[in-house]
Amino acid sequence: MIVARAHPLWLAYILHRLSGLALALFLPLHFWVLSMAVTDAARLDAFLTLTDMPLVKLAEFGLVFLLAVHVFGGLRLLALEWLPWSAPQKTWAAAAVAGSFLVSTTFLLRAI
Amino acid sequence: MAAQATAMKVTVERGGAGTESHRQSFDVPAYENQTVLDVVSWIQQNADPTLTYRFACRVGMCGSCAMMVNGVPRWTCRTHVSRVLKDGALHVGPLRNLPVIKDLAADMDPFFDKWVAAEGRHHPTRSREEEIQPVDPAAPERQTASAGIECINCAICYSACDTVAGNPDYLGPAALQRAWTVYNDAKDANKGAILDAVSGKGGCHSCHSMGSCTQYCPNDLDPLSAILGLKRATTRRFFKGAK
Repeated sequence: MIVARAHPLWLAYILHRLSGLALALFLPLHFWVLSMAVTDAARLDAFLTLTDMPLVKLAEFGLVFLLAVHVFGGLRLLALEWLPWSAPQKTWAAAAVAGSFLVSTTFLLRAI
Repeated sequence: MAAQATAMKVTVERGGAGTESHRQSFDVPAYENQTVLDVVSWIQQNADPTLTYRFACRVGMCGSCAMMVNGVPRWTCRTHVSRVLKDGALHVGPLRNLPVIKDLAADMDPFFDKWVAAEGRHHPTRSREEEIQPVDPAAPERQTASAGIECINCAICYSACDTVAGNPDYLGPAALQRAWTVYNDAKDANKGAILDAVSGKGGCHSCHSMGSCTQYCPNDLDPLSAILGLKRATTRRFFKGAK
């Protein structure tokens, strides 16, 4: 039997799991590229020119997205488990975090 | 009952312990006002008397008629067909995460065994010779306990939970919520035993906070918050000693 699950908390759960898995799979590649800084700086510079490619830029966007949803998913879990707040309090807290993130990111983007 | 309109396609999961499970289709008269339990009863009374299912009170109090309806665990006696039809069709099966006895009747034994294993039973503070201990209805602990006591043991949360599906040892939302209500009961004398029972393998820390229990509880209870309460209580005890 197909089981219906698509409610917000379950979707948040699966998003957190899958983003964590994808980030874990990315980590070896990340460390391998970083290790070039120690072993072969010229090779690292050559490798980093790849980041000018649109496809790599898109992949970077995906990485930042995964990191963002995983970080906020983790904060959500910590708040859910450790702060016995009422539902409206949680909604307000989430809205406050989202709002401040929006404002601070806007300032950051203007700064660079 | 309102005038009969059309027939509706209903598929029912048949079979059970020892027999291959299969789907059987029935054309059931559709009425303006009917519950999923009405549909199942119509099939048993008019199409196939060998269909096995379980119900008792028909008013949402006894918790015996829960089934999977179009992929969602529901109390069938209080679920109107018009609310759950998918493309004009209805698929009914036995509760998930429990062994099937036959057709739509699930074996509730594992569910109740875990209820006992979670130590959700009363540990008295006084004997019958002593005065009855007063309970303050306004106390925060009492209100926390009261929030979870209207459970009818229907096993819908147990059936909705993917952690139960993946971990046979997991006690499940209903048993843990029961333990949480007893833990918050001023008349309970052995809170340590409850925390011992719920903090081991398959206890509250196995929960992944998916929230399907709270989402599908027909009585609008919140087992997820109860389990989170147990997580905090067991962790507090780990760092500070018993409450």
